Amino acid sequence: MPELHHELGMTDLEYTAVIDTLNREPTEAELMMYSLMWSEHCSYKSSLPHLRDLPSDGPQVVVGPGGGAGVVDLGGGWLAALRIESHNHPSFVEPYQGAATGVGGILRDVLSMGARPIALWNQIRFGELSDPRVRYLFDGVVSGIAGYGNAVGVPTLGGEVAFEPCFEANPLVNVMCLGILRSDDLVPSGSLDNGDVAVLLGAPTGRDGIGGASILASASFSEEDVSKRPAVQVGDPFAAKKLIETCLELASRRLLVGLQDLGAAGIACAASETAAGAGSGMDLALDAMPRREDRMSPAELLVSESQERMLAVVAIADLPAALEVARRWEIEASPVGTMTAGGTLRVFDGDSIAAEVPAESLADGAPVASRPAAKPGYIDEVWAAAAEPQAPLDVGGALLGLLDQPALASKAWVYEQYDHMLGMGTVVGPGHDGALLRLRGTQKGLAVSTDGNSRRCLLDPRRGTSRLVFEAALNVAVTGAKPIGLVDNLNFGDPEQPGVMWQFVEAVAGLSDACRSLEIPIVGGNVSFYNSSDSGDIMPTPVIAMLGLADPMPETPPRLDAATDGMGLWLIAGGGDVPDFAASAYAKLMDGELVGRPLPADPVLGKGVIDVALQLAGGGHAAVVHDISEGGLALALTEICMMSGVGAKVDIRDWRILFGEAPHRVLVASDRSNLADLVDLGDAVRVTPIGRFGGDVIHFGDAAPIAVVEAAAVWRNAIPRRMAGRSR
Amino acid sequence: MSVAVVVYPGTNCERDVMHALRDVGAEAELVWHREEDLSGFEGVVLPGGFAHGDYLRPGAIARFSPVMKGIEELAEAGKPVLGICNGFQVLCEAGLLPGALVENRGLRFICRFVHVRIDSTDTVLTRATRLGQVLRIPLNSYRGSYAVESAGVESGLVAMRYCDEAGEVDAEHNLNGSVDSVAGLANQRGNVVGFMPHPERASDRALGSGDGRVLLESFVAALGDA
Repeated sequence: MPELHHELGMTDLEYTAVIDTLNREPTEAELMMYSLMWSEHCSYKSSLPHLRDLPSDGPQVVVGPGGGAGVVDLGGGWLAALRIESHNHPSFVEPYQGAATGVGGILRDVLSMGARPIALWNQIRFGELSDPRVRYLFDGVVSGIAGYGNAVGVPTLGGEVAFEPCFEANPLVNVMCLGILRSDDLVPSGSLDNGDVAVLLGAPTGRDGIGGASILASASFSEEDVSKRPAVQVGDPFAAKKLIETCLELASRRLLVGLQDLGAAGIACAASETAAGAGSGMDLALDAMPRREDRMSPAELLVSESQERMLAVVAIADLPAALEVARRWEIEASPVGTMTAGGTLRVFDGDSIAAEVPAESLADGAPVASRPAAKPGYIDEVWAAAAEPQAPLDVGGALLGLLDQPALASKAWVYEQYDHMLGMGTVVGPGHDGALLRLRGTQKGLAVSTDGNSRRCLLDPRRGTSRLVFEAALNVAVTGAKPIGLVDNLNFGDPEQPGVMWQFVEAVAGLSDACRSLEIPIVGGNVSFYNSSDSGDIMPTPVIAMLGLADPMPETPPRLDAATDGMGLWLIAGGGDVPDFAASAYAKLMDGELVGRPLPADPVLGKGVIDVALQLAGGGHAAVVHDISEGGLALALTEICMMSGVGAKVDIRDWRILFGEAPHRVLVASDRSNLADLVDLGDAVRVTPIGRFGGDVIHFGDAAPIAVVEAAAVWRNAIPRRMAGRSR
Repeated sequence: MSVAVVVYPGTNCERDVMHALRDVGAEAELVWHREEDLSGFEGVVLPGGFAHGDYLRPGAIARFSPVMKGIEELAEAGKPVLGICNGFQVLCEAGLLPGALVENRGLRFICRFVHVRIDSTDTVLTRATRLGQVLRIPLNSYRGSYAVESAGVESGLVAMRYCDEAGEVDAEHNLNGSVDSVAGLANQRGNVVGFMPHPERASDRALGSGDGRVLLESFVAALGDA
């Protein structure tokens, strides 16, 4: 079948490896399964060799990378489960359903650990909003996230929204989910007994999403690819809600010995991973699968990506009780498989065998793709040029220009379409550096921040990625939470291009360095390659999602809207003020040039600033603790003023200090006069009073003052005015 | 004095409402929608969510659930019945309240704090409040725009209207475009109330507002009625 394997996206080498594994030609169903399970999306064949050395250990780590979700110990018998995934390609083909099913998929991953999903974050990136198709994609993705998340009953606490031309034909839609569970409810993994029963829970199986992982997610894109729409799945949050409650009841009643999501590659993936993970085999009966459509072939049933399905494994003695739980929640539960000795996945179509393969070969047997990496030519060019944007005509004008950039503007248009209050846990919601959730019945708070910066990572993937880890850690620290683990989503272009592979390898190195410096374990991650279109590869875009634990949670956690008249303004930073304009928002605004080499993270200073932020927030010494990032000090201060509805006077005149983006800096609003005495600064960190809050205008040195209401109007309106006329 | 908190398969605020009721001293218990006998309860709350996915009109299927019998019996007996958000939609579909809830003006989900003004204290949800009192409570809905023929509003009691911080009712602060800025509506007897914003989400100052607490306290105080 040489033509078929090409159509399915397999190379000749991979096809030969299948024949070597089976000692015969594969059946159609077998070939379909291998093509999906060995796709880049499912197998990580290009990235895995580079990911093995990432730090993933720590006393708090219960389940590290490779599980359905990472799990960390919160103390007091509580665990948190977290995971991040991309749904980039489906969201370009069909933005509403692509984004919606991205949400559905990540919920089921967290659920597979026995955790109740309690919050979602989305990291979404598009082309510039001047393009009508970009507005359609942006609107559709936001609506899809809202439509699914709001209905399924899991709040969306924010994330990131960014715009760069490179995402015009390849938007990025990443979704992160946090779940919580009691440690006793963790679904066991590993040992399964022969005779244990695999039960397919949830929605019936149809032809939607066939080949999604191989056709959509593992190949580059061109404009005609909208014809791939049938490969996008359709979401049903109502079915998902019932599935969540069913699985949680099964877990809490100890009726499960295994639980796995059906996502990419459908039941072929769930069955082979379940069996391989336990060192077992499985007999799977296709006749037992409820279906939505007639005359589905074995291959279609095996790899359908119909949504809202889970594969539960239960001991045979518990089967009646498990089926009764599903019946009460009004979902279908069908015993479809039996665990067997040996390691063979046998698929029965009636009495005949449609597939008979070593489960392990599907789950973990993909031939590793050795991709050459080479520094792309642009790197030396951009490093040779210094990022020296022109001085502003006036500080106020430049500031208003930044506030009108959609990437820097208020994201209320987005997050007010998401239910971010459900669950009654949201103490600090979207629009702040990090979100903070309280854990009912405890003193604990959980903070999450997700961060990416495509432009900086393009200029230097290693430094850029490393700085993201420090920034995300700082963003949870400013809520009073100590960073305890992260998941990453590595969005890159075509890995068959050595330059893209170099970006990837460098980014992974930066991730590793920063995590080791901060002693934060990586408990899971996702790699999305082939983010490229007719106009080239996307900028390298690693996204870091950091989890922090506040225990106890501060009584009044800092928030951006808490500055009041008379409070002092402080800068927490290192000693030297070195402005960094490489990849800065100011440089983009002023001359659009993307050159220079960003400053590296400084591990000692970075750690010191995080520690001071934690002391200030945890000790209740500050009303506002705000990370300085894109747009520099000027934008950070203006954000505090706009959200708090108060003016400020700051004694800094140098526009380079106001707009530069050097790392490891924090602004603080506090009514304490002796801030420096209240915290242990260590050797690297300085606390400097730089101004005071009051009035209704912002003074930067002797520059003309800017009215807070005027700034706020520009900032609040930047996205709505561009989206006006798009009404769904 | 126990409250039934009704759970349809797609309800998603049931645990929030149960906890918030318990926080104000009530006994509250989740009741599956297949249960038709609510005679053991002094009152009932239909929480927010998407009862059956809302792929048809919200509440269009829920009104046929067995639990509707128990809800109607409590309403008939004069006991407190509260529908929040999706629960409000269900009470309208079931004919226990006049009118219907349609898509928001602007056709987008709205999730933000709004202000509502108390315009009647003769309902089980508002009896502990003052006329004209302004409360800050989250609105979280896509089909939250109250629609009814003009005679319809008069057949009920408008308990609360959307307003600004100072209590002024105007079009700008009627975010979802409800008829007459209606945020909360009761039957003439005042024991059946529908309310589009979520009082349970404003029942603790740590969450940004404690203003919803007085509404839940009113409801719990009414449990001894009838």
